[in-house]
Amino acid sequence: MNHPSLLGRESFVELGARARAHALLDAGTVRELAGPFDGLVSPWLARQGVVPQADDGVIVAKGRIDGHGAVVLAIEGAFQGGSLGEVGGAKIAGALELAAQDNRRGVPTRAVILFETGGVRLQEANLGLAAIAEIHAGIVDLRRYQAVVGVIAGQVGCFGGMSIAAGLCSYLVVTREARLGLNGPAVIEQEAGVAEYDSRDRPFIWSFTGGEQRIATGLADRYVEDDSAAIRATVRALLAAGPPATHRSERYAHYLARLRSYDPARQPEPQTVRDIYADGASS
Amino acid sequence: MEQLQFEYPAGAPAGRRVLVGVVGSGDLEVLVEPGSAGTTVIDVTTSVDGYGKVWDAQLARVFKAGPRAAMRIRIHDFGATPGVVGMRLAEAFEALDASADDNSKEQP
Repeated sequence: MNHPSLLGRESFVELGARARAHALLDAGTVRELAGPFDGLVSPWLARQGVVPQADDGVIVAKGRIDGHGAVVLAIEGAFQGGSLGEVGGAKIAGALELAAQDNRRGVPTRAVILFETGGVRLQEANLGLAAIAEIHAGIVDLRRYQAVVGVIAGQVGCFGGMSIAAGLCSYLVVTREARLGLNGPAVIEQEAGVAEYDSRDRPFIWSFTGGEQRIATGLADRYVEDDSAAIRATVRALLAAGPPATHRSERYAHYLARLRSYDPARQPEPQTVRDIYADGASS
Repeated sequence: MEQLQFEYPAGAPAGRRVLVGVVGSGDLEVLVEPGSAGTTVIDVTTSVDGYGKVWDAQLARVFKAGPRAAMRIRIHDFGATPGVVGMRLAEAFEALDASADDNSKEQP
């Protein structure tokens, strides 16, 4: 990339969640639902001595993409690591359920989820878990009618229960900065030991869970530059394509068979994982 | 975590709502809504205890610089320095003064 194109592009990673939602929706169509002035703050954080955020770190933006009805659900990674509690989780789950209901009533509504999250908010424990389960159900319901597009831009990445949500999306868009994993690096190091997984070794972490690896292993569908215009164009094209005939998550038997073929006593390299998943990437 | 409240004399109620910032490390969120004529009330929720005097000094400096519209301001602070607090408030006032048809990203 040469200097003028670097200077001319608008970084998506550097945008906050609200600005990201605005960047994806058609200009002038955006309406925020359950917004920061609506009093939907987490009732649990302050009583545990944690400063809350007025929108609980989740932006629900309704509008149009390419002229079609759409809702963008953006998670703010800077607030509590993008963790999902009762309120933020309910905002995403509720929006997905309403979008599915709209489709059943003949009002086509698409959804885009901007993942930037460590998963469940520990301070809200079971309520966060329940909300994430509802989000999973909401995605599976909605993707019967419309493509549900997930975007992991970075830098937080997407972990925990929300990595399952990302896996349930019709399509997943990642950047080089993105990371996707069920367990975060620090958790794996704590459980498996630093010799097996050094959470401070950034190239090592990205080589297993980064956007490039996730594309190479077929666990993501589009690899894009950190450029708002490129991400907007990619999301539009995927929404227009509609849901795939078979979702990745419906092919779990294939993935289980591939994993069973591997001997976990041997420490895998990133290339090992690519080889295991190779034929899963194309079909 | 500590909650503080401040009041300053003000003019007529502000004309709109504004949100700037994020409750991230070293940053803060400022929510501005129209207040009752004559008074601006500021509620601060901060993650850092024991800095009431610093908040008082910083906010007094901002609000005694000149008359402003009456606002109800809520601040959710996550360890911002006084400089960052000043810049976020300036950002909020700038958005408040911008024309009503300006469809800025930060105004829901």
